[in-house]
Amino acid sequence: MSEHEEHASHSQGFSLAIGAILLALTATTVGAAFVNLGPFNPVVALLIATIKATLVVLFFMHVKGASEKLTGAVVLSGFFFLAILISLSLADYMTRSWR
Amino acid sequence: MEHEAHYPALLHHFADAQQQKNAASLGMWLFLVTEIMFFGGMFCAYLIYRLAHFNAFAAGSQQLSIALGAFNTAVLIVSSVTVVLAVKAAEAGKRKVLVGYLVVTVLLGLTFLVVKGFEYREKFERHHVPGASFSFTDTFDDNGKKIPVNPKEAELFFSLYFAMTGMHALHMIIGCGLFTGLAILAWKGHYSPSYYTPIENGGLYWHLVDIIWIYLFPLLYLISRHS
Repeated sequence: MSEHEEHASHSQGFSLAIGAILLALTATTVGAAFVNLGPFNPVVALLIATIKATLVVLFFMHVKGASEKLTGAVVLSGFFFLAILISLSLADYMTRSWR
Repeated sequence: MEHEAHYPALLHHFADAQQQKNAASLGMWLFLVTEIMFFGGMFCAYLIYRLAHFNAFAAGSQQLSIALGAFNTAVLIVSSVTVVLAVKAAEAGKRKVLVGYLVVTVLLGLTFLVVKGFEYREKFERHHVPGASFSFTDTFDDNGKKIPVNPKEAELFFSLYFAMTGMHALHMIIGCGLFTGLAILAWKGHYSPSYYTPIENGGLYWHLVDIIWIYLFPLLYLISRHS
């Protein structure tokens, strides 16, 4: 019943282009580390890391075929629980000095 | 697809090959989610201790080699590209191309590990490995201002550094073993355009290990370094 859904998989050139963008972003984040941005150094570094991770998930880890929504829900739940772990822990530790 | 019912890779408890593939893929993603939570715990610990002992963590971070870290980041990105190309080769049924990309991926993974090994050796030589012989005399260079730090707090930085990069390196070693196995099976012709799920799922694992490094690199090497 379920045919092979041959989603036009990204071409080889497209994957190489994503790889080139990832390398360029690595060079950017290294360069940014040597510029004094004050409190924004970590922000810029983590923003670039998140862009890179998103590119990898969206264009390299794409799963073809059915049950994409179910897989998507599983992945998002993982990030959701990670967000709870980090945000609630930091909400505690960062506010302990407020007395 | 009555053909698929006779396909040797199809296990009897699945209705068809597509259902089997979906189940394997969902299971793989569930495993990756547990990996995200596993490394997430260490990332969270790192953030909390970095906030509590900022100067010592910055001083420790400034002792790491950005050049080697950046080189290893590039190696892993290229290896992720070769994994993508391997999956494409499997999809197209090009056996030799598939084996080639799998072997190149393993070699890039080993390159990463060798560079990591040189970094670790430098840490041992400078007594930056936590334990009885740990010593830390470096200061936190706050834009030219030298601020002395508590070595005990710097030791905490290096404990987390070794825990996180060590656990990542262990994943790389497992990945290299996994891909060597996949290359051998691919060479023997176990995979075809109608069945290459292990290549896809092995690729997912490799990409996840790459993503973890994409976060480890800025957090450990970069963010405490303004000129």
